[in-house]
Amino acid sequence: MSTLLKTNRRDFIKIAATAGGGLFLGFQLSDSFASVLSVSSDGIVETAGEISFNNYLSISPDGIVTIFSPNPELGQNIKTSFPMIVAEELDADWTKVKVKQANLDAKKYERQLTGGSGAIPHSWERLRKAGATARQMLVEAAAKRWNVSVSTLTTDTGVVWHKESGRKLSYGELATEASTVPIPTEVKLKDIKDFKIIGTALPNVDNNDMITGKPLYGLDFYREGMLFAMIQRPTSFGMKIKSVDAAAAKAMPGISDVVTFKNNVAVVGKSTWQVEKARKLLKIEYEVEGAIENTTDHDRLFKELLDSKEGATVRRKDGDVDAAFASAAKVITKEYQCPFLSHAPMEPMNFFAHVRPDGVELVGPSQTPEAARTETAKLLGVAPETITLELTRLGGGFGRRLKVDYVVEAAELSSLIKAPVKVIWTREDDLTGGSYRPAVRYRFGAALDANGSLTGYKLRGVGINVANSTREDNFPSGAVDNLLIDSIEHKSPITTGAWRAPITNFLAFAEQAFLDEVALASNQDPIQFRLALLEKAKKSPVGAIKYDIDRTKAVIELVAEKSGWGKKKNLAQGFSVYFSHRSYVAQVAEVEMKNGKPSLQKIYAAADCGIVINKSGANQQVTGGIVDGLGHALYGQLTFKDGATEQKNFNNYRLIRMKEVPEVEVHFVNNGIDPTGLGEPALPPTGGAVANAYFKATGKRLYSQPFSKQEEMKGVNLGEKM
Amino acid sequence: MAHYNLQINGKSYEADVDADTPLLWVLRDNLSLVGTKYGCGIGQCGACTVHLNGIAVRSCSLVVAAVGTKSVTTIEGLSVNGDHPVQAAWAEIDVPQCGYCQTGQIMTASALLSKNPKPTSEQIDTAMNGNICRCGTYHRIHEAVALASSKLK
Repeated sequence: MSTLLKTNRRDFIKIAATAGGGLFLGFQLSDSFASVLSVSSDGIVETAGEISFNNYLSISPDGIVTIFSPNPELGQNIKTSFPMIVAEELDADWTKVKVKQANLDAKKYERQLTGGSGAIPHSWERLRKAGATARQMLVEAAAKRWNVSVSTLTTDTGVVWHKESGRKLSYGELATEASTVPIPTEVKLKDIKDFKIIGTALPNVDNNDMITGKPLYGLDFYREGMLFAMIQRPTSFGMKIKSVDAAAAKAMPGISDVVTFKNNVAVVGKSTWQVEKARKLLKIEYEVEGAIENTTDHDRLFKELLDSKEGATVRRKDGDVDAAFASAAKVITKEYQCPFLSHAPMEPMNFFAHVRPDGVELVGPSQTPEAARTETAKLLGVAPETITLELTRLGGGFGRRLKVDYVVEAAELSSLIKAPVKVIWTREDDLTGGSYRPAVRYRFGAALDANGSLTGYKLRGVGINVANSTREDNFPSGAVDNLLIDSIEHKSPITTGAWRAPITNFLAFAEQAFLDEVALASNQDPIQFRLALLEKAKKSPVGAIKYDIDRTKAVIELVAEKSGWGKKKNLAQGFSVYFSHRSYVAQVAEVEMKNGKPSLQKIYAAADCGIVINKSGANQQVTGGIVDGLGHALYGQLTFKDGATEQKNFNNYRLIRMKEVPEVEVHFVNNGIDPTGLGEPALPPTGGAVANAYFKATGKRLYSQPFSKQEEMKGVNLGEKM
Repeated sequence: MAHYNLQINGKSYEADVDADTPLLWVLRDNLSLVGTKYGCGIGQCGACTVHLNGIAVRSCSLVVAAVGTKSVTTIEGLSVNGDHPVQAAWAEIDVPQCGYCQTGQIMTASALLSKNPKPTSEQIDTAMNGNICRCGTYHRIHEAVALASSKLK
């Protein structure tokens, strides 16, 4: 399956000799600009006109291949997997590849963000083309030097070979000549069976720096003369500042300034500890500005909204659901609820800003550097081009760093104090005035006929600041003749945002637990029940189907085989499958009764993300996603009282720990399909698989998260090894 | 403000800081030893773990005035070339995801192995249970501790 891709001059930019010699290749995707990259008289690459690159690689005469990775790295391993794709098509020697994090550059790069598990599917083809184009130019340079035909040459591990004569030249030796070769109009991509780098397990390119404590993260950034700041934000959502008495804080040693802006009081000084101490001495009075909400209010509100006859937005409607429920032999209706969650990345929020008259410098961890710049430009009233943003490594993100609040406030503070400053959030700051996974409640209804077939399906989602909580085109939509999915949103002053696998991080549990209940209520094996629905969706699809039926079936069958589904006598198995962010993951959880108590022993996963780029990184993403999904299903909970969070640090905002993690076994479907992302898709199915196994073991059905707080799990620590 | 002479990674460091300043912030803000991380500030996550006379402690909860002449080891001083058996195992197993908690994990693991070179699986779990990894690399952390242990004589 060899692919020949046409490359026009808009895909690839003219190459040029770099200052020190060597091949410098820029490439871009946008069709909206003609692009030219030219060499000035002194040999330095410069840009002319509107240039929209998305990446580039350089090869130095000593053979070092430098690959820039544009997307923010927060642990999804993109800084290793992106360069692997480029290096594969280049046929590079991986031991000579150096990877550098690119800073924000909207002209060079496209979609420079981390979110939605989208980087790999979005960049796959252009990264391959980038490597292949450079490879072809190196081959042509060798052909010219030896005066032989290009077709007689091959490449391997950073070397061009002429097999007939046994001659060879390294990429480094060819780089300068290659830079004068006209850009190929067509590049041949490798047959996937010839991949040597893609599909192997390569270690994280930053391992050495991470395990020796190098200053990689935003919180580690230091600039001579920089000030430190902490901001006191309102302690409750729905409150605003009435008055500020900063006298005591200002009098503290090391404090240079206390600045009030918007709803913030910033304490600025010479060190983190000095500003943290001084901040405690602020006397701030607040007054009510909006709704002051409690978790108990939300619980009541959810029930009202689920019953509401009006205000719902219909998301999908197939057939006649009322008729199906009226004529059903059996109707099952159940409700599921999830709490607010903090993203709680291990590196707390922080950003460095220096607003100068001639430009703005931003440095720090962001999943959306371009949005951070745009919002900063708007706030300061400056052109975005006057702002530079240097990306540090992110100590986790989970969606928290898709928000730009912590970037913009740093810039605003710097503009007010006219000094370089790093704003640091404590853990408490992010757990009290941050942004959270919204609480949602679902009501599912199933109508079964006398044969146990699913004839009707209803889902209503009600959520806080969630426009659409239902993901209405997911399974089982397409497999049920009569279906109604709608949602209602409650607007709250509590700040909410995307949290790893937005919505599906809970919806998948609710749906997969409900389907389990429906299957068992009609005396069907949970896997066979789903396979039958998929078969129906394939033979006689109802409405639009946005998931691939065969791929869904393949992960189901793979996990059933690997887990020995239904064949284990002393273990209770629970099944779950979910399609999200373009990838498919099925899981089986195993609960064993030990001394009369249920204990979670193992989770099997079968994932289909198409071609696996890096076996080690892919395994990490699936395993980590499962641990994340399990930890939050078991323990995660942020509650509100009088508009304020009740959990303020890790002493009572509970995260999963080593002792609570079961064995995890990960398998991948090998289908050669173009790759999709893995940062999120393994998380959604976990809660469902675990809850279904728990039911099988104990007969108790878990309807709400966190499981550990439910009556049905009283006295049980499911994760703890026994 | 007081003057402190600290023994860190086999060297003498001086710092003029308030007596109640946590060692964590002296390391990070005054001495540029930023491999020791801030995660929670209340000793719950373990990201700030350092060795004090060879024992793993939470530097966020240890005020500088209490350090005295005790020797402090941070990740920067665990080995000269980043090749302490625990670090080598971390690289071999390819443990980190975001990596932020890993220096703290490594400091806890290395303190465990210096005291108990051949821990059981349960002892590894117990020793590492105080260190949170938000990315969920616990399986590989466990595997790396076991690997490092297997290479110790």
